[in-house]
Amino acid sequence: MLQGPVIILTSFAYLGLLFAIAFYADKRADAGRPVIANAYVYSLSLAVYATAWTFYGSVGRAASDGVGFLPIYIGPTLMIALWWLVMRKILRISKQNRITSLADFVASRYGKSALIGGLVTVIAVIGILPYISLQLKAISSSYSILVQYPQITMPAAAAGTSIASDTAFWIALILAAFTIAFGTRHLDAAEHHQGMVAAIAFESLVKLLAFLAVGVFVTFGLYHGFGDLFARAAAEPKLAAMLTPLEGVAGGYASWVWLTILSMMAIMFLPRQFQVTVIENLDERHLNKAIWLFPLYMLAINVFVLPIAFGGLLHFPDGAVDADTFVLTLPMAEKQEALALLVFIGGLSAATGMVIVETIALSTMVCNDLVMPVLLRLRALRLNERADLTGLLLGIRRGAIVLILLLGYLYFKLAGEAYALVSIGLISFAAVAQFAPVVLGGIFWKGATRRGAAAGLVAGFAVWFYTLLLPALARSGWLPAGILEHGPWGIGLLRPLELFGLAGLDQITHAMIWSMLANIGAYVGVSLLASPGAEEARQASVFVDVFRQNPDTRGARFWRGTASVPDLYNMLARFLGAAGADASFRDHAAIKGRQWPRDALEADAELVHHVEVQLAGAIGAASARIMIASVVKEEALSIEEVREILDEASQVVVYSHRLEQKSRELEAATAELRQANERLTELDRLKDDFVSTITHELRTPLTSIRAFTQILLENPQVELEQRRKFLGIITKETERLTRLINQVLDLSKIESGKAEWHESAVDMREVVADTVTGMSQVFEEREIKVDTSVPERLKPVKADVDRMIQVMLNLLSNAAKFCEPGRGRIEIAVSEHGGGLRIDVRDNGPGIDPDDQKVIFDKFRQVGDTLTAKPHGSGLGLHISRQIVEHFGGRMWVESAPGQGACFSFTLPT
Amino acid sequence: MSEETKSQRFVALCMLGMLLFNFPILALFNVGGTLFGVPVLYAYLFMAWAALIALMALVAER
Repeated sequence: MLQGPVIILTSFAYLGLLFAIAFYADKRADAGRPVIANAYVYSLSLAVYATAWTFYGSVGRAASDGVGFLPIYIGPTLMIALWWLVMRKILRISKQNRITSLADFVASRYGKSALIGGLVTVIAVIGILPYISLQLKAISSSYSILVQYPQITMPAAAAGTSIASDTAFWIALILAAFTIAFGTRHLDAAEHHQGMVAAIAFESLVKLLAFLAVGVFVTFGLYHGFGDLFARAAAEPKLAAMLTPLEGVAGGYASWVWLTILSMMAIMFLPRQFQVTVIENLDERHLNKAIWLFPLYMLAINVFVLPIAFGGLLHFPDGAVDADTFVLTLPMAEKQEALALLVFIGGLSAATGMVIVETIALSTMVCNDLVMPVLLRLRALRLNERADLTGLLLGIRRGAIVLILLLGYLYFKLAGEAYALVSIGLISFAAVAQFAPVVLGGIFWKGATRRGAAAGLVAGFAVWFYTLLLPALARSGWLPAGILEHGPWGIGLLRPLELFGLAGLDQITHAMIWSMLANIGAYVGVSLLASPGAEEARQASVFVDVFRQNPDTRGARFWRGTASVPDLYNMLARFLGAAGADASFRDHAAIKGRQWPRDALEADAELVHHVEVQLAGAIGAASARIMIASVVKEEALSIEEVREILDEASQVVVYSHRLEQKSRELEAATAELRQANERLTELDRLKDDFVSTITHELRTPLTSIRAFTQILLENPQVELEQRRKFLGIITKETERLTRLINQVLDLSKIESGKAEWHESAVDMREVVADTVTGMSQVFEEREIKVDTSVPERLKPVKADVDRMIQVMLNLLSNAAKFCEPGRGRIEIAVSEHGGGLRIDVRDNGPGIDPDDQKVIFDKFRQVGDTLTAKPHGSGLGLHISRQIVEHFGGRMWVESAPGQGACFSFTLPT
Repeated sequence: MSEETKSQRFVALCMLGMLLFNFPILALFNVGGTLFGVPVLYAYLFMAWAALIALMALVAER
C-alpha cells in the first residue's frame, strides 16, 4: 500500500487541508471574527518550536546521549518563566512601534539604523540555513525510507545523484511555492498572517498526536510499559551504561548547562519564534496561558523520546538503522502501515511548520531591512515617485522565500549530510543566540548604542562562523581538513575547534564561550566608549521606558520640522494602497476628534509620527525613516535637546507619580474617615432606638402597675377576689419589669465587655437535664410533651455553666410560650458535630416567617404584630443568648417554615 | 496580585528551575537504580519539570 504515489498524494492532500484551514482563518479575520484570537491557538502556534529536530532528531540524540536531548526543552521552560518580565515588555514595545520582525526590532532600538537591521538580517539568514537544511533532510530521508517499505534501508548519500532526481531539491521548491501562497498573498500593514497561524496551530496538534501514537505503540505495543522496556535495556551491557551517569554520556554538566542557555536564547530569538510570539500576537493577555501551556506541550512531546530510542536500539541492535529514523522505522519493521504513514505526516507537519514560518519571517526581514533601505537610497530608481509599491514589496518577499529555501538546499548538499539532525540544528541555535545581548541589553539598558550593537553583532557572528560553520564545511570536504587539525597557515592557537588552546569541550560549548565573550565584550565596551546620537537616545527611552510613557506623546515630542498633508498621504498610499492610507488618516483624525477628509488635518509632529509608525508596519522602521525624511523638512534635534526633553519628561513622570501617590493616600484617608463617620452615625441611631424602645418597654408594665394600684387606692371597697387578682397582676408586671431591667443590665455588661465569665468544662448533658427539670412545672401546666435525645457520652465544652443554663432556659421558655397548650411538643437534641456540639430545640408552634427569621436575634424584636398581640417577652432573650454562644466561639441560628414549628440551634466548640 | 509580586514570583521560579536542572542537585539523582521501573535520573527530570510547569500555571493564572 505504501508506494510513492500514495505517499505523495497523502502529503499533498495534507498540505491542501492546511491551505484550506489558512484560507478559512483569513476569511474569518477579514470579517472581523478571528479564529486565532484565543490563548490556546496562540500556545499551539508557539509549538512551531518543535520541528523535525524534535520529531526525528531527539530520538537520535537520545540513542547516543541518553537525556542529552532534554536541555533543548528545559531551557525554554526556564526562559518562559521570565517571559512575564521580558516578553511582555517586547510585546508592548513591538505593538507601539509596529515592529515587523526581529531585525526591525533591533534596528528600531538602535536609532532606526539600516546598518543594524541589515546586519541582523544577514546573520539570521546565514545562521538559519543549517536549520532549514535539517528540515529538508528530514523530509527527504523519511520519504526515501518510507517508499522502500517493507524493506528498511537507509538512503544512500545523495552526493552522486543529479539535482533533478534529488528529492530534497523538489521538496525545497514545493515548500517555497507553498510558503509564497501562504504568507505573501497580500500585504498587511500589521504583518499579521492569521491564516498561517491557524495552520501552524493545527500542525502542532498533528505532530504531537503522531509522536504520541508511536510512543504508545512502542511502549505498550512492543513492550509491556516503561518498566519492562527499561528493564530489558538494562539487561543489554551496551545500553546499560546509558541508563546511569550523565557526565560520561552527554558531554558532562558543562555541555548540559550550555545547551540549556543556548535554547533559552533560541526560544526568544529564532526569527520564527519572534514571529509567532511577538508579531502574530493579538492580545498581550494570551501570554498568561501560553506561559504554562507551551512548556506542557514540550513535556508531552518528550515523554516517549527515551522509550522510542531504547526500543529502537533493542530492535535494531546491529546499528544498521540510523537512530534519527527510529520513529519511522519501528512502525515499519512491525508492518504498521497506517502508523508509519501517520508518522510521516507528523514529521511533515513539524518540518513544514518550521519552514513556512521561518521563511516568512526571514523574507520580511530581507525585504524590509536589507533590500528596501538600499533601493530607497538609490535615487536612480526614482522609487519615491512610483504610485504603488505594494507589488514591488510582495515581489521582493517572494523572491526572498525562493532564495532562502534554495540556499537551505545548497547547505544540505554542502555540509548537511555529514551531521546528525540535532548537531545541524545546534549550529543555528548558536547563531541566533548572538542576538541575545543586543535585544536584552536594548530593552533594559539605555546606555547601549548603535556602534556597540554593531560591534557586538559582528564580533559574535565572526566567532560563530569561524568555530562552527567553518568546521562544518571543512568536515564535508569543501575546505582543506588541515585547517581543523593544524589551524590556518599552521598556527596552532587558531585551530577553529580549540581556539587559543581551549580544549576538552564539545564543539557547541566551545563556540558559545568564545562567541558570547566576543559579542558581549564588544557590545558593552564600544557602547561605553561611544556616546549615542540624538535618534539613538530617543529610541532608547522609547524602548526602555515603554511601561512609563504617556501613549499620546510618544515619539511625537521629539520632532520639529515642516511637512504637508498631501505629501504624507500620498506616500502612505504608495505603500499601503489608497484604502489603507484613508483608514489610517481616519483613525488619526478620530483621535483628535475630527472627521477626515471633511476637516483639514494639520501636518504637525503627531501626524508625521503617526505616518511614520504606519509606514514602519509595512516596510520596517529603518526604511520608514528614510521615506519620511524624503518628504518632510526636518530640523535635526541635537543630542543636548533630546537629553533635555528626556530629562524633563522623566522629571514630569516622577512628579506625577508622586502626585498620584499623594492623592491615593488622601483618598484612602477620606474613605476611612467616611467609614468611621458612618459607623458613628449608625451607633448613634442604634442608641436612640435603644433608648426609645427601652422606655416603651418599661412604660408598658409601669402603666398597668400604676393603673391597678390607683384602682385599689381609690376604691377601698373592691372585693377580695378582685383585689387578689389585681395584686397578682401587679406582682407579675413587677417581675416582668425586674426581668427586663436585669436583662438590660446583663446586655450592657456583655456588650461593654464587663460581663464576668466563669469558664470551666461544662457537660451539656447536665445543663439540658437541669433546665428541663427546672421548667417541668411550666411544661406540666401547659401539657407540653418534652423529648430529649442526648448521647450517653459527650465531650465537655469550655463555657460558663450558668450562662449555658441561661441560654437553654431562654430557648425552652420561648418554645413553651409558642407551643399550643394541650398539643405542645418540644424536642431537644444534642449531637457531636464537626469539632464541637450541636444543640437543637424544636417546637411545634406556629413557626416563624422567613422575613422575621433574619431579625429575630436583633434587640427588642418580637415576632408578630406588637400592636395587636400582647408581646410575649422583652425581646432581649434571644439577642443575649446569641451573644453568649458567640462569646464561646459558637454559632446560633433558626430554621423554620410557617405552620411547621421552629428549630433553634446552636453549636459550641469542644 | 500586583504585577510586581507576579514578576518576583516568576523570577523565583526561574531560579528554582536553574537550581533543579543543574549541578549539584542534578548530580544527586545521577545514580543507578530505578523508580517505578524508570531510571532515577529520567524519572527525576520529568517529575521536576512537570512540577515547575504546575507552579508556573499557578502563578500565571492567579
